[in-house]
Amino acid sequence: MTVNREGFNQSQPVPVPRTKISGIWRLFSLPMLFFLSIPIIAIFLRISPAHLVENLRQPQVLQAVGLSLVTTMISTLIIILAGTPLAFSHSRGQYRLSRVVDTLIDLPLVLPPAVAGVALLIAFGRQGILGRYLADFGMQIAFTPLAVIIVQVFVAAPFYIKSASLAFANIDQELEHSAALDGANSPQIFRYLTVPLSWSALLGGSVMSWARALGEFGATIIFAGNFPGRTQTMPLAIYIGFEIDLDIALTLSVILILLSFLALFVAKFILNRDWMSG
Amino acid sequence: MRVVFSGCKMFLFFSLILGTACGANADMAREESSKKQQLTIYAAASLIEAFNELGETFENSHPNIDVVISFAGSQQIAQQLSQGAPGDLFASANEIQMKNVINSDRVKSSAVKVFIHNQLELIVPGDNPGKITDFEDITKSGLKVILADESVPVGAYTQQMLDRANQQADLDRDFKSKVISNVVSYEENVRSVLTKIILGEADAGIVYMSDAFGIPETDLRMLAIPGDINVSASYFIAPLVDSPQEGLAKEFISLVLSPAGQEILSNHGFVRIDDRK
Repeated sequence: MTVNREGFNQSQPVPVPRTKISGIWRLFSLPMLFFLSIPIIAIFLRISPAHLVENLRQPQVLQAVGLSLVTTMISTLIIILAGTPLAFSHSRGQYRLSRVVDTLIDLPLVLPPAVAGVALLIAFGRQGILGRYLADFGMQIAFTPLAVIIVQVFVAAPFYIKSASLAFANIDQELEHSAALDGANSPQIFRYLTVPLSWSALLGGSVMSWARALGEFGATIIFAGNFPGRTQTMPLAIYIGFEIDLDIALTLSVILILLSFLALFVAKFILNRDWMSG
Repeated sequence: MRVVFSGCKMFLFFSLILGTACGANADMAREESSKKQQLTIYAAASLIEAFNELGETFENSHPNIDVVISFAGSQQIAQQLSQGAPGDLFASANEIQMKNVINSDRVKSSAVKVFIHNQLELIVPGDNPGKITDFEDITKSGLKVILADESVPVGAYTQQMLDRANQQADLDRDFKSKVISNVVSYEENVRSVLTKIILGEADAGIVYMSDAFGIPETDLRMLAIPGDINVSASYFIAPLVDSPQEGLAKEFISLVLSPAGQEILSNHGFVRIDDRK
């Protein structure tokens, strides 16, 4: 059920009557389900809860978790603040470059992380086309937490922007017109009409972006480097830990799986079928 | 804008492509010359250029032999060999991986020989933004230094070297901690240290001498690390016990250890076994 917070009458999805499917479909769906869940189960079986709690106290683990949480919060906030105007303007009207913009927004989703990392290094690195001017002002980006945030914004923004722009586009523009006729100005319409109507998609998109940022690895290790407490996020600590201390890698993997599962679950709950499973 | 792929970067790029293409070439060569006898060698990735040259030299003196070399990280090769990959020879970049292969009974420990050494080298970008002219300069505060992570062999050697530096009377007592406080990143492989220094993202890095070898000075400058603190990384070679042509495998090892073979390796930045202090 869609929870309607602001009292606007959102169109409820028409419930499709479920047809009963034969048990044979269920039976044949088991192998894939088993395959998808076995690696997750394996990780949880490999490490005992007592061990897990003990490893949680390791400074390397705490640093990685802390850095990941702080950087992903900031990058998600940036994505929302800077992504919303883009999503809104993109959702309104077909302008000439609309296809190009749409593709640009999609691009980070399909780029290999290594490409994103190299591209960001060439752009914002010390010798990069922008980075060299920033360096003149004494601003160094590569190898700092800022680099981690930049990577996360780059790879994760599309999730929020796409979700938001889809929701904005689905709003009945008649509503906005009548609100305007009643004397509401543009910021008011956005605040009291557009945002409440697309609330679930905005929140769901933010959670998806956050989860993607949390899991970012390839571009981070290339652009931000690897330094414990500064740029070593959870995925990096897992990768490095795999070669030195498997326990640390396993502990962080468990935390990451739990957080991702929670995020996806919450996102699905918020979106309530109207976006994820279309 | 500076052209991103200057000569050296092109070189790196192509050597990467050549490196990955080697396996395919070897397979094609195998089919073309199926009548020739084959010598199959597994060699550490850092040996690519040098071993290709050694392979050609060997083929020139053995017209009926086709040398097939498979390059990969030593730990990958060790794993393949433990799984039973057929072949004649293994050249490892460190002792641990050779030991792993001995433990899986593919190599006799008595047959293992050290055939070359590698050393650490300080590298700085071609334009030397940190104005580093001497090894001791890497302690200057405010520099950006990139090292390999300790999980990578070269990273472990680097830590050893810094420990030794601390004990040197003529060097700063806090040498290691000063260097460590300059570190901005611990990279997960040695080539990425090299690339980031060539790109000028940091002021200095530490890699194997052979990695930095042959790169033009406009892109990369090398500064020697004093011999009394430098760490020597030994490379190991041995015939596989189940090699169908052990005689040939031994002949190849002799070539590697011969003055001519050592000359080829030292031309690629390695240190001859008889040159070591």
